[in-house]
Amino acid sequence: MKSKDLLGRRGEDLAVGYLEALGMLVVERNWRCPEGEIDIVALDGDALVIAEVKTRRTLDYGHPFEAVGPEKLARLHRLGAAWCRDRELRMPLRRVDVVAVVDDGGGEPVVEHLKGVG
Amino acid sequence: MALGRTYSVALVGLNGYMVEVEADIGQTLPAFVILGLPDASLNEAKERIRSAAKNSGIPLSRRKITANLIPASLPKRGSGFDLAVTMAVLRAANDIKPTGRTVFIAELGLDGRLRPVRGILPAVMAAVQAGFPEVVVAQANLAEASLVPGATVHGYRTLARLALDFGADPQELALDFEPDDADDAGDGPALPGPCPDMADVSGQGEARRALEVAAAGAHHLLLTGPPGAGKTMLAERLPGLLPDLGDHESMEVTAIHSLCGLPSSTVQLLRRPPFENPHHSATAAAIIGGGSGLPRPGAASRAHRGVLFLDEAPEYERRVLDALRQPLESGELVIHRSAGTAAYPARFQLVLAANPCPCGKASGKGLDCTCTPVMRRRYLARMSGPLLDRVDIQLQVERVSLADFGQAGDEEDTASVAHRVRDARARQAERLRCFGLETNAQVPGRILRGDLRLAPAATRILDQSLERGVLTARGYDRVLRLAWTLADLGRRDTPDTNDIGQALGLRQAAAAAA
Repeated sequence: MKSKDLLGRRGEDLAVGYLEALGMLVVERNWRCPEGEIDIVALDGDALVIAEVKTRRTLDYGHPFEAVGPEKLARLHRLGAAWCRDRELRMPLRRVDVVAVVDDGGGEPVVEHLKGVG
Repeated sequence: MALGRTYSVALVGLNGYMVEVEADIGQTLPAFVILGLPDASLNEAKERIRSAAKNSGIPLSRRKITANLIPASLPKRGSGFDLAVTMAVLRAANDIKPTGRTVFIAELGLDGRLRPVRGILPAVMAAVQAGFPEVVVAQANLAEASLVPGATVHGYRTLARLALDFGADPQELALDFEPDDADDAGDGPALPGPCPDMADVSGQGEARRALEVAAAGAHHLLLTGPPGAGKTMLAERLPGLLPDLGDHESMEVTAIHSLCGLPSSTVQLLRRPPFENPHHSATAAAIIGGGSGLPRPGAASRAHRGVLFLDEAPEYERRVLDALRQPLESGELVIHRSAGTAAYPARFQLVLAANPCPCGKASGKGLDCTCTPVMRRRYLARMSGPLLDRVDIQLQVERVSLADFGQAGDEEDTASVAHRVRDARARQAERLRCFGLETNAQVPGRILRGDLRLAPAATRILDQSLERGVLTARGYDRVLRLAWTLADLGRRDTPDTNDIGQALGLRQAAAAAA
């Protein structure tokens, strides 16, 4: 596994821990379909949460949040719908969350979370 | 609550309007939006602000920043809002203390320095009038902003220093960055050089006298004569004869030049009347003001309270000359464009210079002239009747004779003529104060033939000329105005027959030649 993939993996593990600490129930990780991948699928009460995790070592190339553009957001919303179709579930309350992890290797990684974006 | 509020000023022409800047930080993906009709340069502020804040050690929030410029319906342009938006955003992120009623007007450099902007003087004047005397500007604008009475102006070189004074964390600020002032200073103040002296003009007794009268009564002037007669030389010496500008006038003139000049080129009030000498290829927009978006002042406004000199006047496009009729009447130019309407003051003294014909040789006997009579007539007729009607003094200037040219050196200098002009201005101001006027050129015919009516004996020649149809009713009033100025120059309380005779001469010299 390449080091960038390892970093992403570690970030996603951190994000899962963070969301679970908030009381969410993580249902599935790294769900894939031809259109793309959902990092984390979770339940927050009645709401289905499609979470995108962005991990960076430094802020030199911008904040992880800045890497989530309008196109990416639209795709996440479509993937959410695709996941529900795939599982034959009706989830009227559905939202997209973004989790940013900044982990420079030393020290405590910083996790930030935006609820219901776009 | 993540909301910051600061103040700035939007300029529409010379009028400034207070603008309230609100900034809000929303809990969603990073973005920066500026609302309230920003133009392209104001929209670019987002990138300038982001970099400037980062390089000053106080990076902007990584969330959605919404800046709103109120009133939303007023179009806002230019880079002067950079600082106000930045301070509002920093306040919203709780990086600084509330800024209260402080007004911020400055552009930001990417390195976090504050850069000067144009039109600081009118902007600060507007802020003070609206009850916002605390103003923060770039260091390079400090001198200009401080000219406004009643303003408490603070100049800063960098955003970091400013943020420090508003309570930002000194640990994080980039305080050791000190930009070199020379980068912003431009080419220094563009103050007009000393006006050329009357002593340089050889001979031309009649023209010198006409110039003195024009200066004394603020009369518009037309000089016709062959090339090389010294028309341009004479006209350039007129501003030197005019008295210094008063406090109020000086503010008006400096405000216009602050708007036109390079940022930071204004460091003191302009006390001398300006002189504008546009080329005859100028368009109407260049003379009266215009341009895309919001109109900018033209040469006529830059000549406000000074002299607008149109050399080779018949070579101007006719519509350019006729566009000057409105400011000659009202002293103001109102220009409409898509982005709004701007009113600029334009109370100038008009000096026109013209050759007698296209080849320029039709003076004296005019034996060398190659122009046909029709060409000659058409040439001068390019200056329309309504325009010339407003020109009190119309003088023919001849080439200097050898006799006059030889004895150069004993001509009167500007200082002594200017002294007489000042004296005459004081006399007329005293007399006209009760009518709310200042100069003889402003006196309407109603007053000339009413309260200031002269004895019938004095005006007999005029009455006869009017009766014979040599003089129009409007021309009659103009001669009276000139006669009053001549009397003021001669320290007489009312014009006598001699003054009226001379006035008639100054008025008709060109008419006789044409």
